[in-house]
Amino acid sequence: MAMQFYASPEQVQRDRSEYARKGIARGRSAVVLTYEGGILLVAENITTLRKISEIYDKIGFAAVGRYNEFENLRRAGVRMADLNGYSFDRRDVTGRGLANAFTQTLGAIFSETQKPYEVEICIAQVGATPESDELYRITYDGSVMDEPGFMAMGGQAEAISNVLRERHDTAAELQDALALAAEALGSVGGENGQPRRLEAKQLEVAVLDRRRKGRAFRRIAGSSLNELLAGSADVADADLGEVDAAPPGPAEDKPTVSAASVDTEGEAPAASDDPAEPADDVNGDGS
Amino acid sequence: MAKDFDPSGRLPDFFMNAGTSSFTQFLTHASPELLPGRRPLPPGLSADIAPHGTTIVAITTAEGVVMAGDRRATMGNLIASRDIEKVHPADSYSLIGIAGTAGIGIELMRLFQVELEHYEKIEGIMLSLDGKANRLAGMVRGNLGAALQGLAVVPLFAGYDLAPADPSRHGRIFSFDVAGGLYEETGYDSIGSGSLFAKSALKKKYRPGVSTADAITLAVEALYDAADDDTATGGPDVTRKIYPVVMSATAQGTHRLSEEEITAVAERVVAGRMENPGG
Repeated sequence: MAMQFYASPEQVQRDRSEYARKGIARGRSAVVLTYEGGILLVAENITTLRKISEIYDKIGFAAVGRYNEFENLRRAGVRMADLNGYSFDRRDVTGRGLANAFTQTLGAIFSETQKPYEVEICIAQVGATPESDELYRITYDGSVMDEPGFMAMGGQAEAISNVLRERHDTAAELQDALALAAEALGSVGGENGQPRRLEAKQLEVAVLDRRRKGRAFRRIAGSSLNELLAGSADVADADLGEVDAAPPGPAEDKPTVSAASVDTEGEAPAASDDPAEPADDVNGDGS
Repeated sequence: MAKDFDPSGRLPDFFMNAGTSSFTQFLTHASPELLPGRRPLPPGLSADIAPHGTTIVAITTAEGVVMAGDRRATMGNLIASRDIEKVHPADSYSLIGIAGTAGIGIELMRLFQVELEHYEKIEGIMLSLDGKANRLAGMVRGNLGAALQGLAVVPLFAGYDLAPADPSRHGRIFSFDVAGGLYEETGYDSIGSGSLFAKSALKKKYRPGVSTADAITLAVEALYDAADDDTATGGPDVTRKIYPVVMSATAQGTHRLSEEEITAVAERVVAGRMENPGG
């Protein structure tokens, strides 16, 4: 008969923590910081899979760690926010409520399941002034911290935080805040401890714009991100990318009502020019 | 939401699973009582228990679409509301107007707005305009039971198509029937009790490629004509300064005419009718 070995709860917790921390430290980092016009969220991300996204009107989400796990939490957050906003009012959806739900969920997963989630999450809620902004850091074991104006997550978060701590300024303009975020993210991971210079295509950037009515979340990508990184101050509001607004590509020419694929509805396939190849010869008799 | 209570406090599974990008579908697990069309109704016709919204018009323009709605809601022979708003933005590029039982219509409109935003946030991309129209058709279909008992609601949906099949036709209008039938309209359309008169007015005045400013005047004129012949449609109320709600959807997004803008248009239309009551 197999022996059931005893493992003390402390040991189990320690092992799980270590496992989660190692998983998180393998990934690239993200920083969130307040600036004069709102909250800036920046992640080092070369893929098209998002680490930063919108949850609700004033609430943004940034995460590091395992994609499938934080994507799971992000969906849960959007669902919870939309459900509350729909059944009560849009004003009744708060970052603190979401942070509470996430901390309970992550805490339960940490203590009940074999494998903890290897994620670290930031819930950011933009207010009318930098002082009323809220940043919540929620870690793999369900602990939650209210961060003062800036935070870094992921591998070597401590080193990145140190850069932010020295230079963070709530009165900074967007381009200065972005330069600081890029510099902080690039301050680690270089060869022989040298700082790296991060390009626009290595960064995923979004802002929660405090002056915007309604949905405050805006992505900054493409040419506006390049200009901002180059230090240009006059990126018009309209140039900050829409909320992921890109619609599906050009609609195919098919009736709206039918659900069939367009190739079954279009004209008959173009007849082949080569008479030796009777493409549409259904009967097989050359007719 | 209290269903499947879990003492650990973690969110229930239907919050976390990969599942669907549809808010309505999520509601069927999370809070089915919030879905319209799911409530058992007592037998019999209940048409006059709640206010009805009346006339909405939509016009395609060179820049997109314009939608306008009068402000009246009726209950039988009574005016239930003089200043109800029946035209709303569905998302940043589309508009929805509702006619029929006001309560159900407003609920449908709110659910549709959340549905579109929810999909956008979950998927990181907007639904196509056809996708939005199909989704709305499904919601109208869900209300068929109540519609047969007199609580019908029929929306009008119009929007700026960011990726149209025909690059010259960005503005598109979709109409529905109570059974959830979806029909794309060309040029203009109207729904509600005064729609017959509004459409007749538009038939004579509408020209393809009309500018947004002209289409706004056309829409207010059409609503005036509807109010002229239909008791359930409210005309411009100059004594109380209540004028139609007019919205446009163009490449710049949706826009609702401000009080000053619509007052100017409505006063011009009324002044014109002082000289020529038939328009």
